[in-house]
Amino acid sequence: MENELISFRSDMLKFAWLQLRDESSAEDAVQETMAAVLIGKQSFGNRAQLKTWVFAILKNKIVDIIRERARFSSTGAALEEIPENAYDDLFDERDHWNADTRPSAWGDPESSFSSQQFWKIFEICLTRLPENTARVFMMREMLDLDTEEICKELAISPTNCWVVLHRARMALRLCLDDRWFNAGDRDAEL
Amino acid sequence: MLNCKQATALMSQGMDKKLGLWRQTSLRIHLMVCDGCRNFNKQLQFLRAGLRRFPHRNG
Repeated sequence: MENELISFRSDMLKFAWLQLRDESSAEDAVQETMAAVLIGKQSFGNRAQLKTWVFAILKNKIVDIIRERARFSSTGAALEEIPENAYDDLFDERDHWNADTRPSAWGDPESSFSSQQFWKIFEICLTRLPENTARVFMMREMLDLDTEEICKELAISPTNCWVVLHRARMALRLCLDDRWFNAGDRDAEL
Repeated sequence: MLNCKQATALMSQGMDKKLGLWRQTSLRIHLMVCDGCRNFNKQLQFLRAGLRRFPHRNG
């Protein structure tokens, strides 16, 4: 079990960092998770099951840290990180897609899941999201909290919450499109 | 009639809550006629699948 836990460590740290954007908090979350796993002493049939369980605990630790932080700071900053007009260029004067920005088919995108290189690009794109925007987005998509909970935790209005989520999706979609699905030279991006 | 900018916002919102009947219907009609937005919609679903899978990417 210890060896397996250690083998998950680097993935756990990346996962926690993407949401907390702070190495020492990420380290705390990971160490607390490892302690909880070892104390729990549950047995697992296989590695994948263990990993799922470990990440479920890690998610809870991350939510705890975010909650703790929200008490001390305002995260309204998320709304200002990506400006309102950031994606206006994608649309024409009637607010329809421009010919060169109209989303093209990504084919069978799920086949990318088996590519190590795809996941590197995915991580680069997540890392490029501004800090507070990333936090809101990850709470929704990785910690699977609903928007009501997120708004409450971060003390932002539901409308602003949706605006931030929408901008995060626009940014991530464009980044993956640019660096992976429609990239001329994928290796150049790494 | 929705334009593409409004449609993208609705698709995104639809990932977080159930849209009202009127919005749902306008979006459905827009998607019937707009392949760019249909691709966008599939890509949003893919982003979610990718994010759910991200912690488990290395097996």
